[in-house]
Amino acid sequence: MLEPAPFFALENISKHYGGVHALRDVDFECSRGSIHAVLGENGAGKSTLMKIMAGVVQPDEGRMVLEGAPVTFPNPSAANRAGIVCIFQELSLMPELTVADNITLSSPPRRFGFIDSRAQRRCSEELLARIGCEDINPLSRVSDLPLSRRQMVEIAKALGRDPKLLILDEATSALTSADVDRVYRMLFELKARDLSILYISHRMHEIEALADRCSVFRNGRHIETFAKGARSRDEIIGLMIGREIEGQFPAKPRRPRPASLITIRDLSWESRLNGIGLEAGRGEIVGLGGLDGQGQKELLLALFGVLRGVRGTVTLEGEPTAASSPKAAKSGRARMALVPEDRKSEGLILSMSIADNIAMASLDRLSHGMFMDPGRTRLAVERAIEQLRIKIGDAADPVSTLSGGNQQKVVLAKWLATNPDVILLNDPTRGIDVGTKQEIYRLMRALTEEGACILFYSTDYEELIGCCDRVAVMYDGRIVRELEGDAITERNIIASALNIAEQPETAHV
Amino acid sequence: MSDTVLPPAAVESRERPRRWGEGLSLRWRQHAGILGALALFFVLYLFYQVSHPRGLTGQILIQNANEVFALALVSMAQTVPVLMAGLDLSVGAVMTLVGCIASHLIDGSPGEIALGIAACITAGAACGFANGCVVVYGRIQPIIATLATSAIYMGIALILRPTPGGRVHEDLSWAVTSDLREFAATFDLFDDGEASWLQPFAWIPVPLILLALIILLIWVPFIRSVTGRTVYAIGSSESAAYMSGLPINRAKLAAFTLAGLFAGLGGLFLALQTSSGNADIPQAGAYTLNSIAAVVIGGTSLLGGTGSAVGSMIGAMVLRTISFNFRIFDVAPLLQPLFEGLVLLAAVSLGGLKLLRLKNKLEVFR
Amino acid sequence: MSRTADMTITPRGLRLRPDDKPVVFAAGFVLLILLVGTGYTLYTQGSAPLLQPQYLVQQLQVGSFLGIVAAGLMVVILLGHIDLSVPWTLTAAAMMATAVGGPWAIPAGIAIGLLVGIVNGLGVAYLRVPSMIFTLGMNAVMRGLMVAHTGGFAPQTAATDLMQYLAVSRIGGVIPVALLVWLMVSVAVVMILTCTTLGRSIYAIGNRERAAYLSGIDTNRVILIAFALSGAAAGLAGVLLAGYSTKAYQGMGDAYLLPAIAAVVIGGTNILGGRGRYLGTLVGVILIVLLNSVLSIMQIPEAGRQIIYGCVIISMLLVYGRGARVNG
Repeated sequence: MLEPAPFFALENISKHYGGVHALRDVDFECSRGSIHAVLGENGAGKSTLMKIMAGVVQPDEGRMVLEGAPVTFPNPSAANRAGIVCIFQELSLMPELTVADNITLSSPPRRFGFIDSRAQRRCSEELLARIGCEDINPLSRVSDLPLSRRQMVEIAKALGRDPKLLILDEATSALTSADVDRVYRMLFELKARDLSILYISHRMHEIEALADRCSVFRNGRHIETFAKGARSRDEIIGLMIGREIEGQFPAKPRRPRPASLITIRDLSWESRLNGIGLEAGRGEIVGLGGLDGQGQKELLLALFGVLRGVRGTVTLEGEPTAASSPKAAKSGRARMALVPEDRKSEGLILSMSIADNIAMASLDRLSHGMFMDPGRTRLAVERAIEQLRIKIGDAADPVSTLSGGNQQKVVLAKWLATNPDVILLNDPTRGIDVGTKQEIYRLMRALTEEGACILFYSTDYEELIGCCDRVAVMYDGRIVRELEGDAITERNIIASALNIAEQPETAHV
Repeated sequence: MSDTVLPPAAVESRERPRRWGEGLSLRWRQHAGILGALALFFVLYLFYQVSHPRGLTGQILIQNANEVFALALVSMAQTVPVLMAGLDLSVGAVMTLVGCIASHLIDGSPGEIALGIAACITAGAACGFANGCVVVYGRIQPIIATLATSAIYMGIALILRPTPGGRVHEDLSWAVTSDLREFAATFDLFDDGEASWLQPFAWIPVPLILLALIILLIWVPFIRSVTGRTVYAIGSSESAAYMSGLPINRAKLAAFTLAGLFAGLGGLFLALQTSSGNADIPQAGAYTLNSIAAVVIGGTSLLGGTGSAVGSMIGAMVLRTISFNFRIFDVAPLLQPLFEGLVLLAAVSLGGLKLLRLKNKLEVFR
Repeated sequence: MSRTADMTITPRGLRLRPDDKPVVFAAGFVLLILLVGTGYTLYTQGSAPLLQPQYLVQQLQVGSFLGIVAAGLMVVILLGHIDLSVPWTLTAAAMMATAVGGPWAIPAGIAIGLLVGIVNGLGVAYLRVPSMIFTLGMNAVMRGLMVAHTGGFAPQTAATDLMQYLAVSRIGGVIPVALLVWLMVSVAVVMILTCTTLGRSIYAIGNRERAAYLSGIDTNRVILIAFALSGAAAGLAGVLLAGYSTKAYQGMGDAYLLPAIAAVVIGGTNILGGRGRYLGTLVGVILIVLLNSVLSIMQIPEAGRQIIYGCVIISMLLVYGRGARVNG
């Protein structure tokens, strides 16, 4: 194994927030011409590491060496000037500005000191073309683009800064499979041009496909760095969580299909949902598959009463219902719960306490008339924290102090407190560490054992295969196929997701 | 299952050729707010002119332009902080303060006047800069910081002008509040304004020309600079702007300074127009509040990120035209505030109708 | 599944919680004002009227009107909205109360406030007009209605005896009734904010309305109720103020909006909503009232008062109201 000279090295870096050590005495280096994957559970310190490299936060101790010379980055622009560009998990785009404005934001082409909008547009078009996104008009506003397109704009923006070290933090989590493919190609091309690339992902198959080297972090420490292929997938997971794990997914019970609890007929909305028909019963986990943006999110939102002008019928326990708001949906005859797409802006109120967040959806159950019952509230919160094994210091701390996985558990706890019958999950494991993912899978199974019915949308096919009793694959606002039992395979899901004509070997579905 | 590399079959259908028309319609939609305000203004103003007993005369136009100018500038001043999702409650106070300064300084020899004008402009910009410092370095919410500084500016204005009064240079006052011909005549330019090439433009009121100059020479360069772009970026998403390495503090300081500058220019004109200075607290408050209304009517979002000072100028023109209409329809003066309030409510509530078209209720919240 | 271990618990020593800081500092500043004022009177008159209980009670009585307005306004500010219609809601309530007269005077005044609040709430919640603009428009409408109603003159009607009793009288010659009314309003607001689902919902909406909505909170209704409360509080303050000055007059509410906002903000409530305690608002009101009275004792002219007023707000906020530095 030939060791190239390190391009950027961190030595003895430590960082703590309050009493929490985010990074402890970390040595880390990355080289030119390689894709270096950084692995670890949420809260392992990866994000802090990236933020230090990108100048967003400053380390308490230690030093950074760039191409042999010590450097400090007091702010992101200093890091940018040094050629270190980061694509963060949270999008860093300005929604009201146009795509072109965003891409050339920090150093727009200028003429006579003023921004040259024509050159700016041309430049954006070129960058977008480089990642195969000719379909994005540089003049459209970012807020008018779907999430997956915005992520591509984000990537184009990073490319436009001419990076020497490109850091991608879960950059593909919002992308469609086709875009992921383009991003891969782009990354390989950049690698060939001797760039250094750091890649953070929770998706094992992505790392296997991309990385040359992997580094594992755990509890703020750099555990091990090894070349690709030196470790098996199970070993890597073991390094990440510090113990061996047995089967990722809980076993699926084999039993006949239960009677329908929720029946959806001909559900349509705008041009996004085109006549959905679906049934699900108590004790079932029904997956929603397909490419991103085929109406899965809209289906969940429509059931939860968020969308206006929904046509078709939804029957709950044999009774037609049409929830007009989340309030109606959660308090109907069969109670619904929705774990929304974006936990930071939709699932949680980050600045409020953990206890307040857990009680948020069940305020009416925890009160007499209009007055809260403090005793019952505290009890409910304690029970939820225990049931979900949420790791907290104090329930009165703001929920923003928790790691991503624990935050998502708070979202789940909030809804479990309402004792829901139908649970709608919108990609609940996105950006969450392996350990917490497994807990969530087990929890889902346990809930169905207790009689709940779960509709589960995930962008991760492995999850759908591992968790679901049935998978309904959506394409263009319709359910193109329902897979059941052994027919739930990646091949089948992908084939249906692309709406490719039935192939003989899968015809038994 | 090692990879999700897929045949790009599903992708091709999404790609569509780029057309010029598409870009045009995008721009059209992105400026819908300003265009709406402009249409509203034209309808109201046409209505006013048609129903005016004396019809369209230059005199009426000049009078209207004079009444619009100060509010237009104060509204433009308000726009800049609003674009950053802030509010500047001190624009009225800065206008008043600079007006009071002007009532002391704008007199005497041409040199003194020029110096006085420079001092007024500097004072306005300095007030704005002070606001910016409190917001940037004090890290206090703009709305509350400017509430406090407005009290300070009003206090200084009261010290300068405990009672209304003062005087300004009469020729200058006459020149900037008349049409172009009179302006030229006052300063012996272009054959006393009788030059033949001037005649097609001679009827244009000077305040309108000043407005156009301010927009062309100050506003347009500003939004096309990196600082101006950063102002929009901050309003859109401040943390994203920081992540993108934009000069946030500089942009905030510049934005408030520009607001102060605009408000100061408004105050300077008001002093010239009324030939006096008046530290009138209710009047300052009214200008501030009307400026917010004008900004909203002009299509600028109070949430920041979208809009333009040009829109706010049109918004101010709409507001003023409403009161022009009251005047000629002889609405009992007592009823005027009621109608003004109702018109404002109706105008902004119309925007609420677009909620009915929102099919995804989440889009209501930002 | 035993991955508990190293979750560190932040030590909580004697450090002030962020929510307590404004209250403590504002209270400290109140003491400072009293000290400075007393020093001044001792030097110029050789007496210390500021420290006499009856003087303080008198100040609190005058402060109750501002206090009631601020209590209602705080509820709206916690939502991340603002109610600029306070001045003419207050005036309209006062004018209507004196116009109706008799036993229905007070209910009529409060009902006017409630009505304006409900219209504000409808506009802000259901039409989603920015509250800054909608309440501004309502203020103009109420002003227009009142000007049309009175012909632009001070109304000739007088406050009823009950109104005067509530505003002026003292129980046992010591405790002003107005102070008790303020106290009752305060208790009600504290109860609403801390003990009810409504209070929880208000804080939730102020922090992130989208998440509150998706948690099944009827956010529109909560906003409507909050504005109604603010309107009713302004109405009550108007009724009392009319009782205090025995009549209603044009522009009687103008002096209450900005001080009320200042009191709420000095008390540590975030002007963008979601954060703040009522105790802070209470202290903020006392601070503003005492500051005003000390300045008038010191015979500072209007100009100086404005300047001092502005400097106080800024310096208080510089101490504890600073926002977080923007970063990741």
